[in-house]
Amino acid sequence: MIKLDGINKTFKVATRTTGAKASLKALFHRDYRHVHALDNVSFSISEGEIVGYIGPNGAGKSTTIKVMSGILVPDVGQCTVMGYTPWKDRREYVRHIGVVFGQRTQLWWDVPIADSFELLRDIYKIPPEEYKNTLYMLTETMGLSEFINTPLRQVSLGQRMRAEIAASLLHSPKILFLDEPTIGLDAVSKLAVRQFIKRINTERKITVLLTTHDQNDIDSLTDRVILVGKGRILHDGSMTEIKRRYDSTGDMSVEEIVVALYREHGI
Amino acid sequence: MRAYISIFRMRLIAGMQYRAAAWAGVATQFFWGFMYIMIYEAFYRTGAEREFQWHQLISYIWLQQAFLSIIVLWFQDNDLQNSIANGHVAYELCRPYDLYSFWYARLMGLRLSRAALRCLPILLIAALLPAQYRMSPPAGFAAGGLFVFSLVWSLLLVIAISMFIYILTFITLSPASARLIVGVAADFLQGAIIPVPLMPHGLQTALNFLPFRYVSDLPFRLYSGSITGHDALLQVAMQIIWAVGLFILGHIAMDRVLRRAVIQGG
Repeated sequence: MIKLDGINKTFKVATRTTGAKASLKALFHRDYRHVHALDNVSFSISEGEIVGYIGPNGAGKSTTIKVMSGILVPDVGQCTVMGYTPWKDRREYVRHIGVVFGQRTQLWWDVPIADSFELLRDIYKIPPEEYKNTLYMLTETMGLSEFINTPLRQVSLGQRMRAEIAASLLHSPKILFLDEPTIGLDAVSKLAVRQFIKRINTERKITVLLTTHDQNDIDSLTDRVILVGKGRILHDGSMTEIKRRYDSTGDMSVEEIVVALYREHGI
Repeated sequence: MRAYISIFRMRLIAGMQYRAAAWAGVATQFFWGFMYIMIYEAFYRTGAEREFQWHQLISYIWLQQAFLSIIVLWFQDNDLQNSIANGHVAYELCRPYDLYSFWYARLMGLRLSRAALRCLPILLIAALLPAQYRMSPPAGFAAGGLFVFSLVWSLLLVIAISMFIYILTFITLSPASARLIVGVAADFLQGAIIPVPLMPHGLQTALNFLPFRYVSDLPFRLYSGSITGHDALLQVAMQIIWAVGLFILGHIAMDRVLRRAVIQGG
């Protein structure tokens, strides 16, 4: 369903030391540093899987998601998702995927959430009957009914995130990319979000790839994790296996195991 | 098509919510209008018969104030510009629409909602002022018709120019700079600071080769009969060519810039 093969992406970043003299110099001459955001990234995901994509900040998780959702064009490498090359067949391809960027919002700030949803309905040309059913299902399972007619600026972060995820599912995508869907949420909202991801995965066979820093997300949602660090894939396999390797005593928390893993790979 | 109509409607309705802002806008526009009129009154009082007549100047100024949100280049969608700079635009890049057309429709909704709330009160009051400052009706039936037709193309042209500001923001990543550069230059070049007919002849000719004066100078002078006949038709044709040409160019530029765009933020 998803296949990445040898994806590379380098960013050119302007560097300069602090201070007035340096910034004056930078007006005439700039030094650049090349950052390898993705270094030969390859993996594949089959239909119906939930995969956790983990790694420290700046490891290249979001960059990978951007490549897979067609936003970013890699320098080298192949990526095929459902037979499409995301950045080439962008408009046709994106109909089939849903994306949630946890730190951004796709809903309109000053209008009721329901209006934002209707705009998405028109954008994706969702037939009225199907829209009604999907919306009903999403409203029920995500508990949106109490705030769906409230402008986004007046709802809490937890409510917003639930609405964001619902918004990404209105057009019934086959694949869902979640970039830190639980960031900043309280325990209740986190649980709701997890249950929901689990549910759409089993009921609608939606393939899910999620990045997260909350190891409990991984623990409760998936067994397969892909670990990235400094743009490279360091591990691709089951969480149980990782646990067995690092946690001989059996009393380490998931967090500690991940830290041990990071340490071993020097990231 | 539904997506484009939908975003247009959404911006239109959202924009119409801000009624207090609209009244404040009306008051501001009146202040500016009167200020300009006072300045030019001093000039016009010094004798000599002018090519651009007093009543034409008055209409020019009031039309400018009434349709300010249609014609000025410094009025842009701040949310949209910020979303490019801080990376929220990521969402818009994974939607199955043509981003250029979608934003074009969005800007149209924004400008129309602004203008809809402001133009009528301003025009109404300007038509009721004492004779010296009163706005006259269009110079004739044809002039009125041509004015309306040309104003529609002004809107299309101003958005086509505006789109380059957003395209530029992808490169500079600084919302203010692109808007300021284009906004300030355009203000002068379109005759929003000094009416084009009061500029030196050489400059007037030069401005014919830029798109800006077709945004506001042209329709306002069609209204008062300062541009008529063969000239009028020719210039409206130029206006349409600019609007369509820049639309196509903008489309190409947008495709280019998106291929190389780096979405900011993790």
